Amino acid sequence: MWTGILIAVAVLLALAVVFGALLGFAAERFRVEGNPLVDQIDALLPQTQCGQCGFPGCRPYAESIANGDAINKCPPGGEATIKALADLLDVDPQPLDAEHGVEQARRVAVIREDECIGCTKCIQACPVDAILGAAKHMHTVIESECTGCDLCVEPCPVDCIDMITIEPDIRSWTWEPPRPSIIATDRQGASA
Amino acid sequence: MSLVQQSSPHAHGARPTSRVMLIVILATLPGLLVQTWFFGWGNLINVLWCVLLAVGTEAAILKLRRKPVAFFLRDNTAAVTGLLLGLSLPQFAPWWVSAVAVISAIVLAKQLYGGLGANPFNPAMVGYALVLVSFPVAMTTNWAGAVTLANAPGFGETLSTIFGGQAAAVDAWTMATPLDEYKHKIASHTATEVLQHPTFGAGVAKGWEWVNGAFLLGGLALVALRIITWHIPLSLLAALGLMSLAFGSNADQYAPLSLHLLAGGTMLGAFFIATDPVSAATSHQGKLIYGASIGVLIYTIRSWGNYPDAVAFSVLLMNFAVPFIDHYTPPRTYGHHKPRRGIPGKAG
Amino acid sequence: MTQLWSFPGGIHPAENKRQSTGRAIRKAGIPDRLILPLQQHIGAPAEPLVQPGDKVLKGQKLADVTSGMGVPVHASTSGTIIGIELLPVPHPSGMSDWCMVLEPDGDDAWCELSPVADYRKLHRDEVLNLIREAGISGMGGAGFPTSIKLRPPSDRKVSTLIINGAECEPYITADDMTMRERADQIHGGIKIMSWILRPERCVIAIEDNKPEAIEAMRKASEGTQAELVVVPTKYPSGGEKQLIQILTGMEVPSGGIPADIGVMCQNVGTAMAVYRAINRGEPLVSRITTVTGAGVDDPGNFETLIGTPARHLLSQAGFHPERISRLILGGPMMGYTLEDTSVPVIKTTNCLIAATEKELPTPPPEQPCIRCGMCAEVCPMELLPQQLFWHAKAQDFDRAEHLNLFDCIECGACSYVCPSSIPLVQYYRYAKGEIRTQRAEQIKADRARERFEARQARLEREQEETERRREERARAAAEAQKKKQAEAEKAVAKGDATDERSARAAMVQQALERKKARPAAAATPESATDKPDIEALEKQLNQAKGKLETMESMLDEARVAQADNVEKLERAVTKNLERVKRAEDALTDARKQLETEAGQ
Repeated sequence: MWTGILIAVAVLLALAVVFGALLGFAAERFRVEGNPLVDQIDALLPQTQCGQCGFPGCRPYAESIANGDAINKCPPGGEATIKALADLLDVDPQPLDAEHGVEQARRVAVIREDECIGCTKCIQACPVDAILGAAKHMHTVIESECTGCDLCVEPCPVDCIDMITIEPDIRSWTWEPPRPSIIATDRQGASA
Repeated sequence: MSLVQQSSPHAHGARPTSRVMLIVILATLPGLLVQTWFFGWGNLINVLWCVLLAVGTEAAILKLRRKPVAFFLRDNTAAVTGLLLGLSLPQFAPWWVSAVAVISAIVLAKQLYGGLGANPFNPAMVGYALVLVSFPVAMTTNWAGAVTLANAPGFGETLSTIFGGQAAAVDAWTMATPLDEYKHKIASHTATEVLQHPTFGAGVAKGWEWVNGAFLLGGLALVALRIITWHIPLSLLAALGLMSLAFGSNADQYAPLSLHLLAGGTMLGAFFIATDPVSAATSHQGKLIYGASIGVLIYTIRSWGNYPDAVAFSVLLMNFAVPFIDHYTPPRTYGHHKPRRGIPGKAG
Repeated sequence: MTQLWSFPGGIHPAENKRQSTGRAIRKAGIPDRLILPLQQHIGAPAEPLVQPGDKVLKGQKLADVTSGMGVPVHASTSGTIIGIELLPVPHPSGMSDWCMVLEPDGDDAWCELSPVADYRKLHRDEVLNLIREAGISGMGGAGFPTSIKLRPPSDRKVSTLIINGAECEPYITADDMTMRERADQIHGGIKIMSWILRPERCVIAIEDNKPEAIEAMRKASEGTQAELVVVPTKYPSGGEKQLIQILTGMEVPSGGIPADIGVMCQNVGTAMAVYRAINRGEPLVSRITTVTGAGVDDPGNFETLIGTPARHLLSQAGFHPERISRLILGGPMMGYTLEDTSVPVIKTTNCLIAATEKELPTPPPEQPCIRCGMCAEVCPMELLPQQLFWHAKAQDFDRAEHLNLFDCIECGACSYVCPSSIPLVQYYRYAKGEIRTQRAEQIKADRARERFEARQARLEREQEETERRREERARAAAEAQKKKQAEAEKAVAKGDATDERSARAAMVQQALERKKARPAAAATPESATDKPDIEALEKQLNQAKGKLETMESMLDEARVAQADNVEKLERAVTKNLERVKRAEDALTDARKQLETEAGQ
């Protein structure tokens, strides 16, 4: 009887060793080189660099998230970013933290050029260098580079910067998902 | 003039789900008629009882789930589930066995997973397997022997057997199924001896061959009407046949090919059960693998397992494998060298 | 007999072509207003070359594309440009775009045309340029600029030119009627295109449900190199990729163009337009459009001026607005609904269907997918429509894309056969749109990140620079100090103390200390007991004051320098004064309110 038990133990041990070695080899041989977590998080953030999260830019916030900060502090990214971050980090998505602002349509800064005095304060404030101009010369926003962070609005001494919501036009239009029309109304009827 | 805004296509030529299901129901009728002719009123009563119960259960659950009841009942899928159970349960199965099968099929296998289209397992087979393992005696001793309708117990008698629990009244008419008989006798008898049993009759398996023939006919009609494709039935039958030819050439050891194909639920399973689109594989290649695997499993369980018939278990086992099969058998899309397998971001 | 291949899937919808082939092509006439969208095809919108109020002649160039891909827009008749406005254009969104509005004068007078007597004497590039200048873009579908398509990448040799006359969509008969009545012109165009491309083989493909067109084209093709091939009727055999598969057995690589496998497809209407542009010098100002459906009494094909409002065209065919439930531009399989009958016919408009509820009924509500696989059976691209549908519905776009979502040609065969009447194509379009939007956003985000990082690096560099300079200065100062001290010591030693100097140094020291202390004082919270709103208001006031100070100092500077922005600055100062006042008022109000609250 003892030999039986010993054989069983020996066989199991041998199996454990063999499979362990196999797994170890596989882990080494087929290792997937992953991006460092911070880069992955940073890639999901909208790169508005607006600082609404309380960090000076997206990357610092990404670093903070990697260290365990909440994922719901990014209003420009909104629900979509929170969902993507939750997927990446395998945590539950949370609603956007209202303390940091609300999600709104994408905007772009526009300088009312006849009022601009050329003070360069907005140029210094812009996190992505999207404002062109020199001292005492009229400034202008490079629309395609503007992230809509509105950091330039506050420093302007003459309040000549407007944040304009980008309206969808025929070229940016895309199809809506179909709406389940009748089923939805039936359901409402049934639950009422 | 009020103009609707809708995405193309604006023309539709589909048979709605309800019609598809209705055609399936109609295609089972020859089989049901032949069953009734050879085995008496039991199947018909079971079918009516199961359909009624299935539709009622479906309605109740839809109501509970606050879904539009009429909208979903109209798709006829609950009726098909009930029908398939009614066709496959033993003729004299007591009413509560059918009830457990139907209710678990609709509630557990279908609605708990989210209703139509969301069930990973074939509901009818879940119900069947459940009662088969729960009530083995009721599921093996209540099969009718093949007599013609005129000689079978009357409608009233059958009804009172099923609902009144007077099993003794029909004892004279019950008989082991051919597959059951063969499986359990072949170990101690020769094939010739086993085949003496009245359940086999003069042909392959008395009555059963006609029933299977009728289901084959209905199934071919479904293929012709493009309700199902040929891939699953053909691969299933071919695999079952090949297995039988490969391993079962010795009739003194294993049931012969004719019994595999024509006794038991083979044709019903191949054309009506394994082809349930919701729980079957998707692509042509996948369907071939799925069907063939069911065929192999049917033969395996019938020959070396504990159960004389094995359609339910084989289908359920392969239902498990469907996501896996689908994952690895996408078709090659136009303009691509090879199919794109696996999940995004990973090689495959 | 030419060998034919088949393509997988496909459907046979009711053809409904008879209705509109009963009568010869009619002229739709000149409407009271022509609307010419500046963008009528893939690529860039054209820029206007004329002003509102200008008189123009038929065929005159009104707008052109200067940068990017595109072709010019021409006046479809003579008249006056009365405006360049945002008007509804033919687009599935029903949105508006910039259009030129032309009021015809009724003369229909052509501008001077310069037909080419023998194009063979010209250089191929010159002929291509003439085709471009004539504003020709593909007339079958998406409207790709023809001149660009006819100039494949230099490393691609087109060995097979396919002239697409399959016209597989139900209802549409524009190509059919064009082939019946204008086979000569089509052949003229084919000759020109063959001359440009020099293919080994030129195939005209027509579905076998158009015997009259086949006959007419066969007659016209006698004695030419072009071979006429009759293909079996099956939707979507007229799709570019499917037709190529039928005729050559080859597949266009995913993401590639037909020229990659040495094939090019051109529509019969395009061929006719090319002929007219070269042999007659006429730019593309009209096209053949089918008007059909049970909502019109007299369906048929019309030679329609580009820019003709749908309303005008429909009325030519006896339109009954009260009957119709859907107005479709294009075919019933791939067309889109119009919400407005004022939208114009453009270069790609091949059909208008005024459909009644009876002929194209509203589909029943969407049911759950039962995975029946009918969609996969009919998909000509061999996709997995149901999987794509689930992923699109679950917004799992990565997976949808992995399953080749972008190979979908949106032919609609899957939706056509779906027993659960799921609007599959709309799900795919939605998913494609979302993926494209996300991709664009990702590119933008990446660029923003790059710019942000570059800026951070620059700021750091500048910081270091300042730091270094400061250090250098400090070191220099320290050395000077040391030197001075040494001298002073020496002087003391000499007994020649300079009291004056040390007194001045002490003063400077004091000033520095004061300066250091000031920000600290400003930062000290004035009163921690205040309610938060008071704090916020105070902050606001301080900010406003700060801004005002800056402005005033800037104004002073500007006055001294007599700069030209003094006026602007004055305005700014007034504005800031107001702001300070507002903030002060708000603060006092809040304080008062707080006091009364405390009093209570």
